[in-house]
Amino acid sequence: MQVTVTVNDTEYTREVEPRLLLIHFLRDELGLTGSHWGCDTSNCGACVVWLDGTPVKSCTVLAVMADGRAVRTVEGLERGGQLDPVQQGFMECHGLQCGFCTPGMMMTARWLLDRNPDPTEAEIREAISGQICRCTGYENIVRSVRWAAGHSAPEATEATEVTA
Amino acid sequence: MTATEQHGAPAAFGPMRRKEDARFVRGRGSYVDDIVLPGMLHGAVLRSPHAHARITSIDTAAAEAHPKVKAVITGQTLAGLNLAWMPTLSNDTQAVLATDKVRFQGQEVAFVVAEDRYSARDALELIEVDYEALPAVVDARRALDADAPVIRDDVDGRTDNHIFDWETGAAARTEEVFRDAEVTVAEDILYPRVHPAPLETCGAVADFDKVTGKLTVWETTQAPHAHRTLYAIVAGLPEHKIRVISPDIGGGFGGKVGIYPGYVCAVVGSIVTGKPVKWVEDRSENLMSTAFARDFHMRGEVAASRDGRIRAVRVSVLADHGAFNGTAQPTKYPAGFFGVFTGSYDLEAADCKVTGVYTNKAPGGVAYACSFRITEAVYLVERMVDVLAYRLGMDPAELRMRNLLRPDQFPYSSQTGWVYDSGDYQRQLALAMELAGYQELRAEQRERRERGELMGIGVSFFTEAVGAGPRKHMDILGLGMADGADLQMHPTGKAVLRISVQTQGQGHETTFAQIVANELGIPADDVEVVHGDTDSTPFGLGTYGSRSTPVSGAATAVVARKVRERARIVASAMLEVSPDDLEWDGARWFVRGDPDQGKTIPEIAFAAHSSLELPDGVEGHLDAQTVYNPPSLTYPSGAYICVVEVDPGTGGVKLRRLVAVDDCGVRINPMIVEGQVHGGLADGVGMALMQVIAFDSDGNCLGGSFMDYLLPTAMECPSWELGETVTPSPHHPIGAKGVGESATVGSPPAVVNAVIDALRPYGVRHADMPLTPAQIWRTIQGRPFRTDLAIT
Repeated sequence: MQVTVTVNDTEYTREVEPRLLLIHFLRDELGLTGSHWGCDTSNCGACVVWLDGTPVKSCTVLAVMADGRAVRTVEGLERGGQLDPVQQGFMECHGLQCGFCTPGMMMTARWLLDRNPDPTEAEIREAISGQICRCTGYENIVRSVRWAAGHSAPEATEATEVTA
Repeated sequence: MTATEQHGAPAAFGPMRRKEDARFVRGRGSYVDDIVLPGMLHGAVLRSPHAHARITSIDTAAAEAHPKVKAVITGQTLAGLNLAWMPTLSNDTQAVLATDKVRFQGQEVAFVVAEDRYSARDALELIEVDYEALPAVVDARRALDADAPVIRDDVDGRTDNHIFDWETGAAARTEEVFRDAEVTVAEDILYPRVHPAPLETCGAVADFDKVTGKLTVWETTQAPHAHRTLYAIVAGLPEHKIRVISPDIGGGFGGKVGIYPGYVCAVVGSIVTGKPVKWVEDRSENLMSTAFARDFHMRGEVAASRDGRIRAVRVSVLADHGAFNGTAQPTKYPAGFFGVFTGSYDLEAADCKVTGVYTNKAPGGVAYACSFRITEAVYLVERMVDVLAYRLGMDPAELRMRNLLRPDQFPYSSQTGWVYDSGDYQRQLALAMELAGYQELRAEQRERRERGELMGIGVSFFTEAVGAGPRKHMDILGLGMADGADLQMHPTGKAVLRISVQTQGQGHETTFAQIVANELGIPADDVEVVHGDTDSTPFGLGTYGSRSTPVSGAATAVVARKVRERARIVASAMLEVSPDDLEWDGARWFVRGDPDQGKTIPEIAFAAHSSLELPDGVEGHLDAQTVYNPPSLTYPSGAYICVVEVDPGTGGVKLRRLVAVDDCGVRINPMIVEGQVHGGLADGVGMALMQVIAFDSDGNCLGGSFMDYLLPTAMECPSWELGETVTPSPHHPIGAKGVGESATVGSPPAVVNAVIDALRPYGVRHADMPLTPAQIWRTIQGRPFRTDLAIT
């Protein structure tokens, strides 16, 4: 089947098997290996990307379901050469160790902050509760998201310097 | 960045943002499954649905006829290459692909190589295997029964499932103390089978170049050099023609130490097809077939005086090693470092017997941040101390405080022969109690118990022994546990450090640069750390058992000091003084008595590459190499306090607080240390409350997906509360001790002790992990169940 998907503002048209998972479409067809595959069962969230602005677990979405829709992945977090505050926050607060869950965590965090710019610790924990990190014990992920909450997204701050 | 200054140079130790994060936050890490080579094929493994069955036939014709299949490999194919079996890290053998029988559910039976990963999976469905099912040995406690089926009948003359007996301590002396003791307690304690479940599963990309004869394998491995040597030994390939690359690794926790059949199959697949072959297992394959951890069935006994003096500890252990003895541990230690079961206490005697058995379960045995079975040892002794406290009616913190080793007893030789290097245990426990508000918590508990509420406070204190070797005592398959480091100084003063250990998230690219920076007075940003590629790093045994900082960290400091000494000679030529007249101030060699006359490492590095005339016998350049053979292990310690609430209606546990005071000696990067402690605490909570790989009576794995094998999320974890004491290791060049596994070792007993303490109104003295709502409910009813078997 032919699908046309806009990924990180670029339109891609590919011939795919109907059963191809979105995560494999992104990784194997488009070479966007930032999103990871971790469990098959929608439990770990290493594969979280946005589909039309909403986080989905791309291991349980078919590529054909993304036809005509917009996907945003970790590779699309950086805007205008500037890191998203979420990316900066994860670096500042040691929000990652092995880095495997990080892209999915950051996509959920950006989605949360877009809707709730000043989330509590409990709200952050609930937002990432469908995702697993095996390294950090979640503490520094929560701190990273809190750090990002205190720093505006690049679209809003292109004229001002985001300081670490 | 740290703001403190030391000897006029930026202090290199302190919290520093990680160098590796720049690629990870952009999605530009390079994990095994991210690697794509031209013409690359994809492999998939057919696995056994049975725990124990004889293979009567395998028909691969339909799979081979699949238009996208390039090769189908079976045990028979491998037998022709003498590769059907491979040695394990414990001098046993393991089937790469089964030829005679399958011995656990999920065992590798055939390997398909196809043009894409979906086709490879499709073709697995086309392979027909006829099995004759055999009774399975599921319960380790029945493995030595006279009528138990013999699992390893591949070995001539084997008539039972016994692997080894191992003993440490002094049985007769211990028996004397027990006979004489005022109080003795005993308890059966299970540390059930768990799986480390790194978020990235295992995988490999093998690329055999027929023209050059060179094999390159990208692997999810924590020990690339050991793997290279093993491939040379097993496959008969010349070692200089093998390159093992461990790229970015998505967590290891001990599960990526050994060689798995899938890696070997990918290599064979590449040799057979002449193309690169990628194999990446799925989550079920990971949980069902790669290295499990624990599975120790223990009986602990403690002898004590009535006033709470712990006199002796005796332990007998039945160790379930699965179908192949594949534990990754130093050869002379079949039960790992379980010998530290004497804990952090000054005992009169100790004795331990361990028996290892085969069962129809996945092989492995030492994995999951256990520091070679120290996790099990600490859980045993810290549970037993609480059992004793219960018996004596003493506060568990007070009982520990009374028995902990005192600072003046170090170095301390334990009753089982381990020499603890340093510690300040009472101060550490006192700090944890202060941070927790221990007395206030006990007061709150009394009030709440009067109201019928279940609140528990758990204490644990642990000492680890980490950083294997020395190589005289510690080797894996004859390879001594010592690690190399090479330091190259460029003319402009920038450095490249090459190390043998490999990071799976520990941040070596940052901390090891900080060690060099500290020794040479250059910025850590000027030090590039190369690791994970056997073609560009010195030999060493790899990262596991918390050994990177104790061994390779030491190697790094030593090689940097070698560079510094070479620089001293060059500086003496530059300054036209004797090397003996130079002093090091942390950033420069300067002339004693004339501090204005001095040279920094970058200045000296350029001179060392210049036309400067050097003293006779000095070769020029500053590069140096070393191999560090640790004189002893390092002994980090921890005092942990956990607070829980238990719902008597549901058996559900709410983890309210977890306080962890760790002492890992000098901290190179406290931010990274704390991060590792956080992760270990979450792991411990998972093991105590949620995680178990159990089996039904047919040997079916009941923890084969994340739907069944529950891992803690952000909702189950509280905000961790950390503290620290610093007791440097006296024999480590920078006073550091390993810490990567400390919290995984220390937190399960703290959490379990807290839950059991909460259940005290019901007279509960012990229940086995994981303390799920079902297990707690049944325990309250007086009917706790075997968590390693299907609930009946």
